[in-house]
Amino acid sequence: MKELTIISGKGGTGKTTVTAAFAILAENKVLADCDVDAADLHLILTPEEISSNDFVGGRAPQINYEKCTDCGECLRLCRFDAIDFSPESGHKINEFACDCCALCAWACPEKAISMIDTINGRWFISATRSGKMVHARLGIGEDNSGKLVALVRNQAKLLAQKDNLELLINDGPPGIGCPVTAAITGVDLVLIVTEPTLSGMHDMERVHGLCRHFDIPALVCVNRYDLNLINTQKIRDYCTEHNLKLVGEIPLDPIVNKAQVARQSVVEFDCGRVSQVVREMWEKVKQELSS
Amino acid sequence: MIIAIASGKGGTGKTTIATNLALVAPAAQYLDCDVEEPNGHLFLKPAIDKQTDVTLPIPLINEELCSLCGLCATACEFNAIAVIGKKVMLFPELCHGCGTCMFVCPETAITETGKVIGQLEQGSAKSVTGDKFTFTHGISKIGNPLTPPIIKRAKKLIENERFVILDAPPGTSCPMVQTLIGSDYCIMVTEPTPFGLNDLELAIGVARQLKIPCGIVINRSDSGDQGIKKYCQRENIPILLEIPFDRDLAFAYSKGEAAVNQSPQLRESFQNLHLKIVAEVEK
Repeated sequence: MKELTIISGKGGTGKTTVTAAFAILAENKVLADCDVDAADLHLILTPEEISSNDFVGGRAPQINYEKCTDCGECLRLCRFDAIDFSPESGHKINEFACDCCALCAWACPEKAISMIDTINGRWFISATRSGKMVHARLGIGEDNSGKLVALVRNQAKLLAQKDNLELLINDGPPGIGCPVTAAITGVDLVLIVTEPTLSGMHDMERVHGLCRHFDIPALVCVNRYDLNLINTQKIRDYCTEHNLKLVGEIPLDPIVNKAQVARQSVVEFDCGRVSQVVREMWEKVKQELSS
Repeated sequence: MIIAIASGKGGTGKTTIATNLALVAPAAQYLDCDVEEPNGHLFLKPAIDKQTDVTLPIPLINEELCSLCGLCATACEFNAIAVIGKKVMLFPELCHGCGTCMFVCPETAITETGKVIGQLEQGSAKSVTGDKFTFTHGISKIGNPLTPPIIKRAKKLIENERFVILDAPPGTSCPMVQTLIGSDYCIMVTEPTPFGLNDLELAIGVARQLKIPCGIVINRSDSGDQGIKKYCQRENIPILLEIPFDRDLAFAYSKGEAAVNQSPQLRESFQNLHLKIVAEVEK
C-alpha cells in the first residue's frame, strides 16, 4: 500500500480542494482527514458515519478537595502556570493552561491529585461517494492533536489492509508542528500545495525543510499561479534548484469557491481549466507513487 | 489592550488584518504567535535588533547515579523516557520539559539542560505615519513539534499599555489556545465559504470557552455564500469589517505589500476597525 499526504505550510492554499479532487479521481483508496482541529474534507465528501468512537488522548489531573490542604506545592512546582489560587476557591486546575504532565499528582504530599483518562475528541469511519474515509474532531481547545492524527492514519491503514486497497490519501493540517509531523512521518510521498505569494513561498520552504528533515520525497503544486507570475517563476526555480518535481499550476478561478459552495469537488463541478490541470496533476502523482 | 487575531481556517487573512491594523493603530505592538509559519515580517519589514534562543529544559541523566529503577519512564506522560536493558533512552522530541522525571528520580540522577526549540526576534517597524512600533515574532525550529512554549515566551514580552496585536496560528488546538489565553478581545477573520464557516464556528467555540468576546472580519466578502452572515446574526456576533476580493490587492499581498499603503480607502477602513475594537473592548 502507498500513502500520500497533502500539506502546505501556509493555510488556505488549497490542500482540501486538491485532496477532494484526488479523492474523486483515485481508485481503490481510503481517505484520511488529518486536519483534526479544523477538518473540512467532510464538507465536500458528505460522509455517512459507519462507526464513531471516543478519542482518549491522555490523562488530566483532578483534585480531590476532601484531601487537599491548600499547601500550594502544586502551584509552586507547575511549569505551565496551570494552577490558579484564590482564598475563596482554593487551588484549581486551569485546564486550558494545563499540559497534563502529572507533576502535581506526583508532588502532592496529600495524594489529593489523581490522573484521570480524558476524552479529547471523537473519530469516525464513514462511507462517502468516493470510498471510505477516516476523520476526527478534536474537542474544542483540546490537546493531543498529533496523537489523534496518528490514530486517524493508523485506522485508515487498517481499513485499507482489510479492504485490500492500495492507496491511502491524507489531507494534512497547516503548519510544521506536531500534527503535521504526525501526518507525514513514514509516508511514501508528500504533495506540497503552495501559492505565489511571499507567505506561501516562505511557508513552502519551511515545510519542505520538514520533509527533508524526515527524508520524505515531496512534489509541489502551485495554486492560483497566475496571481503573480514572477513569484511562480521563483517557485519553479526553487523546485529546479532542490530537485523537486512541480506537478501542476492551477489558475486563480472563482469556480473553486463555487464548487465548494455546491459541496462538490472541483472535478465533479466543472470540466474547465482548473479541473483539467488537477486531472493531469493526479496522473503525475499516481505515476510518482508507483515508481 | 490585548487583541488576538484568529480564524480556525488557514489562509483567510489573519496576517493581513493583523499587520494592517498594526500599521494604523497608534502605539501598537505586533506579536506573531504563528511560530510554525510566521509571515508578519514579510509585510511589516521590521528592523530586528535582538535575537534570543527559546529553550526547553530536557532531562540529563547521570548514568553513574542512575539505578535503572525506571520510575522516570513510568512517570513521563509523554513516553519521552524508556529504560531498555541497562540504558535509559531519552526521546527529546517527545519531551515537554515538565520536570516530572527529575522530580520523581529517587537517586537525584536527573538534572536538566536547555534544548533550543526556536528563536524570538525583536525589533521595530514603521507605521503609516512613520512612528515606530514594537515587533516580535517567534520562529519554531524545523523539526520541533512543540510550539506552545515559544508562544508563551513571546507573550512574556507583551507591553500592556500598548495596543497589542497577537497574530494567532490557524486551527483550534494548543498553539491557538495558548495565543488566545489572556486576550481582551479576539477578531475572527473568515471567508464566506462552507470551509470558512465550519472552522469559524470551531474557533468561536474556543474563544467562548476562554470567555473572550469576539468580532468578525469577512475577507473576500463578495465571494461564496451567505452562511457567515446568517451565523453572525443568529449568534449575535458583530461584523466589524468586510473586505471584497480585489485582484490588485491580492497581487500587492503576493509581493508583501500592505493594503493600507496601497489604498487610502482601506487605510480608513482599518483606522475605523481600530476604533471599533477599542469601543468593543471598553463596552
